[in-house]
Amino acid sequence: MDTNILFIFILAVYVGFEVISKVPSMLHTPLMSGTNAIHGIILFGGILVLADAATLLAQVLGFVAVVFGSANVFGGFMVTDRMLQMFKKKK
Amino acid sequence: MNPTFPLIIIGVAVLFINGIKFLSSPKTARKGNLVAAAGMLIAFIFLLKTDGSSVWSHGWSINYTLIVIATIIGLVIGATGAYSVKMTAMPQMVAMFNGLGGGAAALVASLEFIRGSHSDVGITAFIAGSMLFATLIGSLSFSGSAIAYLKLEGKFEKPMTFTGQNILNGLILLVILGLCVFLTVNASSTNATAAFIIMFSLALFFGVAMVMPIGGADMPVVISLLNSFTGLAVAADGFAINNLAMVVAGTLVGSSGTLLTLLMCKAMNRPVTNVLFGAFGSSGSAAAAAGGVAGTVKPIQADEVALLLAYAQRVVVVPGYGMAVAQAQHSVRELSDELGKRGVEVQFAIHPVAGRMPGHMNVLLAEPNVPYDQLIEMEAINPSMDRVDVCLVIGANDVVNPAAREDKSSPIYGMPIIDADHCKTVIVMKRSMAAGFAGIENHLFYKDNTRMLFGDAKASLNALVTAVKAS
Repeated sequence: MDTNILFIFILAVYVGFEVISKVPSMLHTPLMSGTNAIHGIILFGGILVLADAATLLAQVLGFVAVVFGSANVFGGFMVTDRMLQMFKKKK
Repeated sequence: MNPTFPLIIIGVAVLFINGIKFLSSPKTARKGNLVAAAGMLIAFIFLLKTDGSSVWSHGWSINYTLIVIATIIGLVIGATGAYSVKMTAMPQMVAMFNGLGGGAAALVASLEFIRGSHSDVGITAFIAGSMLFATLIGSLSFSGSAIAYLKLEGKFEKPMTFTGQNILNGLILLVILGLCVFLTVNASSTNATAAFIIMFSLALFFGVAMVMPIGGADMPVVISLLNSFTGLAVAADGFAINNLAMVVAGTLVGSSGTLLTLLMCKAMNRPVTNVLFGAFGSSGSAAAAAGGVAGTVKPIQADEVALLLAYAQRVVVVPGYGMAVAQAQHSVRELSDELGKRGVEVQFAIHPVAGRMPGHMNVLLAEPNVPYDQLIEMEAINPSMDRVDVCLVIGANDVVNPAAREDKSSPIYGMPIIDADHCKTVIVMKRSMAAGFAGIENHLFYKDNTRMLFGDAKASLNALVTAVKAS
């Protein structure tokens, strides 16, 4: 097992906590939506699995995983952008 | 492996971190979203297989065709959902995308697990554990988000509870964990696939069982929690298939999502355990019905309200979910402009959990370009509420209920509220006398200085605009 990956994991936990500690509550919804889009990176997990799929079952489930992941990542960023678009114009 | 690849992944991590950081300030939020999306694109181009070769450097096969088709289907689903959704239904949309992400994480982990358990080399306990964790958390997030989605859509929003529910859920969880331990140790045994399928099904069921007893008003907290769960599942997948970008992105979402969940609970002044296991709301309606409230409800007409508003010095608007439902945000802006022209000082008091999600009201009021400086947060406006002439409560209910301050038996006792009742006159715009989302009687409606303006918020506001113009 690669211990570097655990180091990275632990550091990322702390960064995640620190980076949002000062969010005004007005941005809670967009922030949730934005982080929701970031975990859409699971799309790549789906792609990797489907690329190597050797059985029909693996192809079917991998296909579903890629559809789900793709909807998560594209929909996530788009819906966040739509929310934030409304914040842009100011007096 | 190309030696520059790890450096690129560091760059991707920096983009994600900065994206989240920018998202937490109003000025840079939109840029933050784009920065994170850019990180995603770069991670996509430099996508590596477990053996370190680029996924794009292999020959084309039927599987790649499937990848393209599936990605496009997902893109269409995502884009249609994102651009067709009404502003009021944003929370549901986030729940849906989150659930899909969780489902994808569970599927990826399952496929890798089954493949690993059938291979000759087998899998290490660490990898097996990561995959099982991702399957469990991902499928739980999938089914839990689906229930949260339905609850926000208004299907079975009331909590579903029965005696011994927490014990039953605890037992299911124990069985799931037992199966996970068994599978971690015996990943290659002959019963592994059967045990895995049972574990997967139970995890799906557990997601439903966990969210069903929670009231609709608490769904934002649940979605935020499930969002961080999906993040962790993605990180665990990243461990299993040795993809650093997934570990970093998933972990960032997992930890920031956990913190966001706690911040939301703090805004409602309730511990997170109370939200998840308290079955809030079911006892509340019963208690309120028994208790009753002293005083009478005093209706008022729009013309009268218009006069009060037109000759006030300072008006505070308290928006709530009702304003979102009536799509009245443009009308409210119009009224505020009209009053502004007459020299009335208009402000909007924003409760952190007004609407269905924290920040929901800000998003909604940003649509008709209500200036930021008119939006005042609860803590900032409360001390000066007694100098406000007219407080206009539009479709808000629980967040202005003085029971939170006065009535120790109320289920929302202790929740911070906007002190609307401290104003000289309170006008509550409401469709009917129905209780709020938490199912609790609102003491504010019975106060001496409160008047009720019944009707659809948008229609009432338009009537007010006309009347103010005329006066």
